[in-house]
Amino acid sequence: MNETKISIKDMNLYYGDFHALHDIDLDIKANEITAFIGPSGCGKSTLLRSLNRMNDLVEGCKITGDIRLDGEDIYRDCDVNLLRKRVGMVFQKPNPFPMSIYDNIAYGPRTHGIKSRVKLDEIVETSLRHAAIWDETKDCLKKSALSMSGGQQQRICIARALAADPDVLLMDEPTSALDPISTAKIEDLVLELKKDYTIVMVTHNMQQATRVSDTTAFFLLGDMIEVGDTESLFSMPKDKRTEDYITGRFG
Amino acid sequence: MNESALKQRSGWKNLRENIMHGVFFVCALASILAVALICVFLFANGLPAMKEIGFLNFLSGTTWRPGNDIYGILPMIVGSIYITAGAIVIGVPIGLLTAIFMAFYCPKRIYGILKPCTELLAGIPSIVYGFFGMVVIAPVVLDVAKACGANISSGATILSASILLGIMILPTIIGVSEAALRAVPNSYYEGAVAMGATHERAVFSVMLPAAKSGVLAGIVLGIGRAIGETMAVIMVAGNQPRLTASLLDGIRTMTANIVIEMGYATGLHREALIATGVVLFVFILLINLCFSVLKRRKDA
Repeated sequence: MNETKISIKDMNLYYGDFHALHDIDLDIKANEITAFIGPSGCGKSTLLRSLNRMNDLVEGCKITGDIRLDGEDIYRDCDVNLLRKRVGMVFQKPNPFPMSIYDNIAYGPRTHGIKSRVKLDEIVETSLRHAAIWDETKDCLKKSALSMSGGQQQRICIARALAADPDVLLMDEPTSALDPISTAKIEDLVLELKKDYTIVMVTHNMQQATRVSDTTAFFLLGDMIEVGDTESLFSMPKDKRTEDYITGRFG
Repeated sequence: MNESALKQRSGWKNLRENIMHGVFFVCALASILAVALICVFLFANGLPAMKEIGFLNFLSGTTWRPGNDIYGILPMIVGSIYITAGAIVIGVPIGLLTAIFMAFYCPKRIYGILKPCTELLAGIPSIVYGFFGMVVIAPVVLDVAKACGANISSGATILSASILLGIMILPTIIGVSEAALRAVPNSYYEGAVAMGATHERAVFSVMLPAAKSGVLAGIVLGIGRAIGETMAVIMVAGNQPRLTASLLDGIRTMTANIVIEMGYATGLHREALIATGVVLFVFILLINLCFSVLKRRKDA
């Protein structure tokens, strides 16, 4: 059993008067893939975005309780920019910057003060290799990232997140805008990445959760209904609502 | 209702649509026609004069002395370029930073004041700007220059005109740049911030470059406004038709040249003024060409 990387305790989240997440208690293990599933609007993306404080950007968002990364309270003990360096994020829609592939990947390291060309070259190459897109991009690093296909763009975004040297990678439905072949590539990649990173993934696709995740948490209307080892959650759900959802009775 | 009545009604409807279609078409034609007529008029009246004076003599002649039939408009071309360049130096940084502030930093309450203010700036008549330049900017420039030891007797200088025009092009630059910055997808911002970039870094290293062509388009539009400005410039630029290198000398622009002398000019003098208009028009055409190239690049 791996050690706990992120621990969430008695966490509540409000958007203004709307109570979006109720009393969430969850431990996320290091070097595992944790999947959040549930119908739209259940709060899974909201919870994901609390882990790197992206909800800070939302006006009127208030969070109570405790979220700890390696024992540090991320809302009190640490600088938000350093937190986001440690907790990288990949978005639902590939969002490479409108600049060259190289500059996209180098953005994170440059942000954190790395200027040496040699060092940057090295980071760009390892990140692209890590994201399994080096072979497709090594001859066109100067090309605009926007000229690549959607699946390639998403892997570039993953490489970009890795280049900032995070411990944790948050993925918000990373394949929902992609075709099945690109999706398969990303899934293989994610499985490969868990050796080095702790991965939390929101997905709408339950097959995807079963294929890649070690632990799955099921959310409904702002409550975390059930969490457990992926295999047992899908084969023997403890809660009736989880069973109804995974057997496709709603959602 | 029987069939023929229905037919008649749809016939009427068709006719009405056709008429409206025609009306729209004619309206659209009006602006094209106006541009075409202006082109024809300008070139037909201006080119013969240029030919008579000699293209090179006209464009590169440094002396403008209509009394002696010497028509060289180089000082005016240079004057227009000087003052436009000065306006860019002053207006672009202020306008661009204002646009960035409005798009990414401004609290809602301040925005509610700032936005109408910049819009109002665009609506002030140029004669009012000119008056402001005459009674405020020129005297201040004169006082400051004198205090710094410059030997000038009037505040109507290149510097004053540049400052005034710099203010006048602000609304154009702010409006277009702000729109361009707001059009950048928020996902770029989120992507940058999610990697630990600060707000400043995300804005200046991702959002601003992404809006580059729109921002440049705003600047080009501002340049077009500056080079074509007449009334305000006449009131603060001094209007001496000469070549000078000093910011504290007066100068005459092409627009000012036309307005000041058109009232009494006759014969070749009058045609030379129209030819000055041709040169100005070509400048504006080039600027608009730049603008549409930049805009097209944004759409691509």
